[in-house]
Amino acid sequence: MTTVAYARFELLRVLRNRRFVFFALGFPLVMYLLIAGSNQGEDDLSGSGLSAPLYFMVSMVAWGTMMAMLSTGGRIASERAIGWNRQLRITPLSARAYLLTKVATGYAMALLAMVVMYVAGAALGVHLQAGRWIAMSLMLLLGIVPFAALGILLGHLVSTDSLGPVMGGGVGLLAFVSGFWFPLDDGVLRDVGEQLPSYWLVQAGHIGLGGDGWPAHGWIVLGAWTIVLGLLAARAYRRDTGRV
Amino acid sequence: MSSPMLSRPAPPSADPPAGAGVVLRDLARSFPGPTGPVHAVRGVDLTIERGQTVALLGPNGAGKSTTIEMLLGLTRPERGAVEVLGRTPGAAVEAGLVSAMLQTGGLLHEVRVRELVALTAALYPRPRDVDEVLALAGLEPIASRWTTKLSGGQVQRVRFALALVGDPELLVLDEPTVAMDVEGRHAFWETMRGFAAHGKTVVFATHYLEEADAFADRVVLMARGRVVGDGSPNEVKALVGRRTIRASLDHVDLDALRRLPGVEVADRRGQAVVLSCSDSDAAIRALLQAHPDAHGVEIAAAGLEQAFLELTADHDPPAAGADQEAVR
Repeated sequence: MTTVAYARFELLRVLRNRRFVFFALGFPLVMYLLIAGSNQGEDDLSGSGLSAPLYFMVSMVAWGTMMAMLSTGGRIASERAIGWNRQLRITPLSARAYLLTKVATGYAMALLAMVVMYVAGAALGVHLQAGRWIAMSLMLLLGIVPFAALGILLGHLVSTDSLGPVMGGGVGLLAFVSGFWFPLDDGVLRDVGEQLPSYWLVQAGHIGLGGDGWPAHGWIVLGAWTIVLGLLAARAYRRDTGRV
Repeated sequence: MSSPMLSRPAPPSADPPAGAGVVLRDLARSFPGPTGPVHAVRGVDLTIERGQTVALLGPNGAGKSTTIEMLLGLTRPERGAVEVLGRTPGAAVEAGLVSAMLQTGGLLHEVRVRELVALTAALYPRPRDVDEVLALAGLEPIASRWTTKLSGGQVQRVRFALALVGDPELLVLDEPTVAMDVEGRHAFWETMRGFAAHGKTVVFATHYLEEADAFADRVVLMARGRVVGDGSPNEVKALVGRRTIRASLDHVDLDALRRLPGVEVADRRGQAVVLSCSDSDAAIRALLQAHPDAHGVEIAAAGLEQAFLELTADHDPPAAGADQEAVR
């Protein structure tokens, strides 16, 4: 009950945050409309046989969902900065409910980011079979699980001041080695990328391009990162709150 | 040192009375500092009955906030135990029996005052009516304002509403009126009185003697991480309302000084003697009559700091303690 009340409250706050709405929803949308819109007629992007609106849509969806989950970190960091987390800890809201709410809010925003990009894609003429839409969406939602943990970890580790650079640099690097904006050729870059959860998030999006989803290696990488980041996040939370 | 008006902190009883509100046993906590650990709290024993309004009175650095944080489960004690309403602090908080107004802490952004109070109410099992609490805290006129558009005093009032709305059994306030103006303080304590009248337990930290005097049933004096005195507000007022006489006097018997009219405590501090007086007028006349050679005489009102230093002197003899023979 308290979790539902708190999650609803959090969602309301997130949607009122203009910066968040702009960077997590508006910015990818505008980018997409600029890039894909200007290449709307391109049906064979770089000889791939894919239309530009479709290709950039799946890229933007993967990016948007990941950013939505990571933005949890920023919110936690700023709540810590004003001492609101301490205030919450002297209410009956349990640690589990608190963290659950953060993840749930991240997921709600990820869904919203997804819907926004799907609508934009459809407006630029993207057509997919119902099965593809569903498979891609489910796999994307699974693929951002490790980023839920990463968001919580960053939020308890990094101060609001340093969060910007950490996120900007880190996410840029992740995007580069994970093939967010262009497919990775065989090589070292791709070998590294395949060990990262973000790479497999991109692959989840590529289901929309006719991809097959994840091989066993992808599941293992995602599972391992979820466990490691989850443990680190739990540790960072405990250390921050002084709980045993 | 004789302090007839104040009882010394009682040793911890093996069986705290059933239904005790708060029991602190030998509580200790230090923090790493630049020159080694800072011992914020060093062995606090305290039992607070249900329904009492207790002030923790002490200067800055006395360990009040750290004690409160351990009481609330926000900081883990290094030593000792905390029991709140018969359970651990964490369990009491989770059961919705406790709420607090911490010394620091802002309000969430992107919400209006009323929303924040309503959310907090939703987190408690048996909350009070939100509108009632808004009225009680004087927030009705600003209930629809954003939390980022409030004055310091208004923020304090919102935090007060957040502490009240859960209708806890134990309310803990850490220097609650710091950012309030005189009028706000008055209104705040009036509301507190109403709350305490329902049989609730209230513990508040303050460094204002007047607040402790006006609103507490019992005042616990803290200094240097310890409880150094415990009594009714009147007893505490009598203690800290004293004056001290300081004079340079050689070869004098401290026992004789202590027997002078109006003198409560006599101490030697290097070349000087320090007399803590219940009646400094009588004491100075008697002193000069008995010791005409006294020179460098100073009479000062013993502020809180002075009173606390005296009270802690026998707990923590300073490094130069050898030349400080106190008469008890």
